[in-house]
Amino acid sequence: MDAIQKSLLEQVAELHGVPEGAYNIRANGQSAARNTTAHIDIVTKKDKDGIDIIIKPGTKNESVHIPVVLSESGLTETVYNDFFIGDDCDVTIVAGCGIHNCGVQNSEHSGIHTFYVGKNARVRYVERHYGEGDGLGENIMNPTTVVEMQEGSYMEMETTQIKGVDSTVRTTNAKLGPNATLIIKEKVMTHGRQLAKSDFTVDLDGDGCHTNVISRSVARDQSRQVFLARINGNARCHGHSECDAIIMDQGVVAAIPEVTANCVDAELIHEAAIGKIAGEQLTKLMTLGLTEKEAEEQIVNGFLK
Amino acid sequence: MLELQHISYDVEQDGDNKGILHDINLTVSERFVAITGPNGGGKSTLAKVIAGILTPSEGRILLDGEDITGLSITERARKGISFAFQQPVRFKGLTVKDLITLASGKQIGVPEACNYLSEVGLCAKDYIDREVDASLSGGELKRIEIAMIMARGTKLSVFDEPEAGIDLWSFTNLIQVFEHLHEKINGSILIISHQERILNIADRIIVLADGRVQNDGPGRDVLPTLLGETGGVCSALSDKVR
Repeated sequence: MDAIQKSLLEQVAELHGVPEGAYNIRANGQSAARNTTAHIDIVTKKDKDGIDIIIKPGTKNESVHIPVVLSESGLTETVYNDFFIGDDCDVTIVAGCGIHNCGVQNSEHSGIHTFYVGKNARVRYVERHYGEGDGLGENIMNPTTVVEMQEGSYMEMETTQIKGVDSTVRTTNAKLGPNATLIIKEKVMTHGRQLAKSDFTVDLDGDGCHTNVISRSVARDQSRQVFLARINGNARCHGHSECDAIIMDQGVVAAIPEVTANCVDAELIHEAAIGKIAGEQLTKLMTLGLTEKEAEEQIVNGFLK
Repeated sequence: MLELQHISYDVEQDGDNKGILHDINLTVSERFVAITGPNGGGKSTLAKVIAGILTPSEGRILLDGEDITGLSITERARKGISFAFQQPVRFKGLTVKDLITLASGKQIGVPEACNYLSEVGLCAKDYIDREVDASLSGGELKRIEIAMIMARGTKLSVFDEPEAGIDLWSFTNLIQVFEHLHEKINGSILIISHQERILNIADRIIVLADGRVQNDGPGRDVLPTLLGETGGVCSALSDKVR
């Protein structure tokens, strides 16, 4: 890998070299490096672009890194990655995509990640998106995440997109079995004329299941964001979605809740708060000696931390 | 030393100018000065004028002889003025340690941040990583606000009604902090308060009512007049209760 690709890798996976455990690094459409372990296998798909990640039941405290970097302008790819997480596992999966586009053509990566989470398994899934490059071509990422959760399983999904992605439509569809828990934490910051749309659908199908979809976002300049949280309570369940957004300059944020209780024992809540930085917050930090701009940076950084 | 020369502050109300502060002249050089008086008398407005949050309609403000009237909040803060809000501000995402670090103006380690928290009676390990958001009580926020002022350690610290919004029991504990505060801060403390126990430890008490200085003198002289007026209760306090 060259220096640009290594830098992208650092941004999306916090990797300074080869990670520990299982990994598959994809650079410009090709597999650049791969490692499997005794409990985690990675197999190239034969019918389409992508990989299967197979984690044996009972695997504990292991991690899988599957970062993607694109440094060639004009590259467009759709990649299918399927995760088969066995019963009783406790694993961390780190994915992410970094695009460096210095050309005039658009670079586009669409990752379709499907998680089959076994009974009583615990998964922490971290996904970071990052773009850079001063070319006229746009950096486009359209990730789709599909989650199927078995009884008693737990998944925490953290997605972050802070910089340099011109257009993104993030689609997440999840189905939860009995006593399953899905926590989604999304952090987005858009600037320039960027567009970011998040479209979450969570079907709470099993008794005792629970979801919490939390979005914190900042829209600067003329950027636009749409947060759509669709939660269907089909059993005795709890569902909560929360959109907290700061708008700056001419930024626009729309939060659209759609909570449907199809069962009398479903409890569903949606909360949304959108507004500019409170004047008193700026004033407080200024009384500590910060300039207005420094205060703004501290507030935004803290909010997205 | 802080000097206020002919400070007036007017607001427009229903097309008319309403005076909130009228020709205030004060020099503050003592260690611990309390400003008291009835609600609506202009105390908080005066504190905000000193911190630069409000611009006076007339008059000059001098800090150690330098005219700071035209300086912004940030510039005044850097010159050595600290301001503790009556209603401390909440921040989603910023932690107690973040705010104390920002207040101190330099990178500080956990032990130093903990030191400031211990001074205000908070067990540091329980608070250091907590977000300064709605999960903290009014009393906890006040203590963190005071810890920030201590971390700044500037030549002038202005406290706007530290007792506001907290229960009496919490405030009784907070009093002890104020009793020793001047030992921790090497500068003047200007505190707006209605609390007799705060007034009791002040070197000097200024009574502000209807936007004017009504009384000004050593604490031991002014406090009895306030207590005398209301049969044992601070007039400002009784005014609040009325």
